[in-house]
Amino acid sequence: MSSLAQKKGVGAIIWDYLTTVDHKKIAILYLISGGIFFLIGGLEAMLIRIQLMKAGNDFLSAGLYNEMITMHGTTMIFLAAMPILLGFMNAVMPLQIGARDVAFPFLNSLGFWLFFFGGIFLNLSWFMGGAPDAGWTNYASLALASESHGIDFYALGLTISGFGTLIGGINFLVTIINMRAPGMTYMRMPLFTWTTFVASALILLAFPPLTVGLFFMIFDRMFGANFFVVEMGGNTIIWEHLFWIFGHPEVYILILPAFGIFSEIFAIFSRKRLFGYTALVFATILIGFYGFMVWAHHMFTVGLGPTANAVFALATMIIAVPTGIKIFNWLLTIWGGSIKFTVPMVYAVAFIPSFVAGGVTGVMQAIAPLDYQLHDSYFIVAHFHYVIVGGVVLAILAGVHLYWPKMFGTMLSEKLGMVTFWFFFIGFHLTFFIQHFLGLLGMPRRVYTFGADQGWDLFNAISSAGALLMAIGVIVLLVNVVITTVKNVRVGNDPWEDGRTLEWAIPSPPPFYNFAQTPLVRGLDTYWIEKMEGNKKGMVYAEPLGDIHMPNGSIIPFIMSFGMFVASFGALYFQDDSKPWTLAVLIIGLAILFGSMLVRSLKDDLGFHITKEELMEDLKKGGNTDGSK
Amino acid sequence: MDLNKRYTPQSWPDHPETATLEGKNKFIGFWLLLAAETVTFASLFATYLALKDRGPSGMEFTSSGLFELPLVFAMTMILLTSSLTSVYAIHHMKNHNFKAMQAWLGITVLLGVVFLGLEIYEFNHYVHLGFGYTNSAFSAAFYTLVGTHGAHVLFGLSWFIALMIRNSKRGLNTYNAPKFYLAALYWHFIDVVWVFIFTVVYLMGAIS
Repeated sequence: MSSLAQKKGVGAIIWDYLTTVDHKKIAILYLISGGIFFLIGGLEAMLIRIQLMKAGNDFLSAGLYNEMITMHGTTMIFLAAMPILLGFMNAVMPLQIGARDVAFPFLNSLGFWLFFFGGIFLNLSWFMGGAPDAGWTNYASLALASESHGIDFYALGLTISGFGTLIGGINFLVTIINMRAPGMTYMRMPLFTWTTFVASALILLAFPPLTVGLFFMIFDRMFGANFFVVEMGGNTIIWEHLFWIFGHPEVYILILPAFGIFSEIFAIFSRKRLFGYTALVFATILIGFYGFMVWAHHMFTVGLGPTANAVFALATMIIAVPTGIKIFNWLLTIWGGSIKFTVPMVYAVAFIPSFVAGGVTGVMQAIAPLDYQLHDSYFIVAHFHYVIVGGVVLAILAGVHLYWPKMFGTMLSEKLGMVTFWFFFIGFHLTFFIQHFLGLLGMPRRVYTFGADQGWDLFNAISSAGALLMAIGVIVLLVNVVITTVKNVRVGNDPWEDGRTLEWAIPSPPPFYNFAQTPLVRGLDTYWIEKMEGNKKGMVYAEPLGDIHMPNGSIIPFIMSFGMFVASFGALYFQDDSKPWTLAVLIIGLAILFGSMLVRSLKDDLGFHITKEELMEDLKKGGNTDGSK
Repeated sequence: MDLNKRYTPQSWPDHPETATLEGKNKFIGFWLLLAAETVTFASLFATYLALKDRGPSGMEFTSSGLFELPLVFAMTMILLTSSLTSVYAIHHMKNHNFKAMQAWLGITVLLGVVFLGLEIYEFNHYVHLGFGYTNSAFSAAFYTLVGTHGAHVLFGLSWFIALMIRNSKRGLNTYNAPKFYLAALYWHFIDVVWVFIFTVVYLMGAIS
């Protein structure tokens, strides 16, 4: 342990990250890989907007355009938005509840690597015979007719990364249930922890139907099963149901953590306790609950009948109520506060009107008869980009600025942050506001081009110009990250000066054991309470300084995920008669997976202890070591 | 946690599976995993019901008349009995009687293997009748639902066997007690799913 502060070689750092089970390092892995996928998805979006810039454009062929929209949606939802949010959950939630790590550090690492290999697998499709091209919803009637292996890449890649997400969800739930610090009752948990909790519950119950649907898709293509083959008695609507039983909760899996981040920001920068904390908690739970009862509003035009449509229309409208409660609570939190317009706060303030606009168009679509008009038009595209970009992406950008000092120990530039904000915010509204009208003018979604006589030229050109502004905003953010990293001005525990919750009570970045002593939580916004009472030590502690038990790092999660990755190639080419080696590859991959699982379960892994003496030595140096051995 | 700590039936905790924080975490986490498994099987059951007896026009096999009910009844009894024997095993685990636990687990595994063998025989029999996986949407739904259950049985058996061999020389401690407990919990879950399969697939198939 004495070599903690020594400089390490590149190889050692890579090995450290491959084997880490530390939630803070896994958070960084999520943020970086999610960020890279975000850039890939953004690039795909730019290519889409270039293609639609003018009438009759031939920048992308029709087939390539289909692949582009499919991969843009899939990448952004599964590989960018969700992992980045999981990264924030990993980075912040255990600190907020005063835990030393998550409940299952090993599984945390496994979850990340499964997501990572799933994402790589999906994106390899570009280089290996064509990307999926049936839209991110991959409706079976379309997907089964797709001739390339794209659909197989989609089904297998999402299966792998879906397992990873499910594991992450279980892990967070157990962490929050079992590992809260003394005094941290459920109704004292910060809102971000609450939204993590509910989003994890949604992950737990929503991902299995997707996995089942994906398996049906794989079996149909791989083994000639007939789940979706109508002439053999199959039913393509089953896919739509399974997909949306997953797909609608997925929307809340994304937006609830975003709500959590904004709740933290509003309280911190209004320097006020959240208005209506209890109502916010119950609204979160209600949204999670109703989220499972509205999936068929994606299928109004399928022909489920007036009764089903009426029920789902009503349930959908009801969801707007708890969401509205939240909006008012945030507004009343700001009201009368002593407001600081930092970059995160500016994002939060901009989020309210943007998200409300998306919510209102959502209620419009809940009116089933109107949805027959709006369905599959650009109005829908505008709507879901307003909720996803105006809600989730703004929260991610705000969260990056808010938690950057906690994760990396240095502040992103506020000036460049403002530049990013304005480019992104203006670009976002320029791109998507006008798409409502394109939809009302009759432009269908998922068309690769349009005619000059259809009157959609100008609005599409404006929309493409907006996309360019968003891209500039993201580039400025990257520049900001580079400059900040090079300057590397270190910050203290509470760089925003108004932190309210436990994560701001320890160094930035926190030592690898988080809390040298487990804190005692005396109320909501516990760190704020201590600050207001002038507690010089930072917190009141629940235990004396003592030995700390820590988990060992492990390479096994990486190897297990790699095994699934290998097996997927066997499954992918299984249907090709020209490739006799597929079964062998499948078996080898599964052998790697189950073999490493067996090793994991047979080998005792009891972790190690940091002794009190080492801990005191470490605290003298500022307690800022990363703990790698 | 100290692996070398020796327990006696007197010093052994009442709930060894949740005596440590790791045990508590595993306990909650595993129940949550079972929730996810429940949704998985619910999706498979729903699909089976939607695709039951659906196939190309003039298809030969439907759920009535196909299934070998006496065989399936025997399988059901065997699996239910194995659930009971795993309860005995966990009873002895809680009394810190390692040998008795291993013995009852051995019987559980034996019954599980017989069940799995009969299921393989059953599938093989249907395939020889001409009821293949690619015959119809019905056949795909049937084999996928029942086969997924079978895969769970296989996994549960491997889990029991790995635990029994790994710990055969060192007896019970608070490190491996949660592992035995959860494997048994998993086995009960598999059993409950089979009760639903027996009812929904086989009995409802026979009366339709």
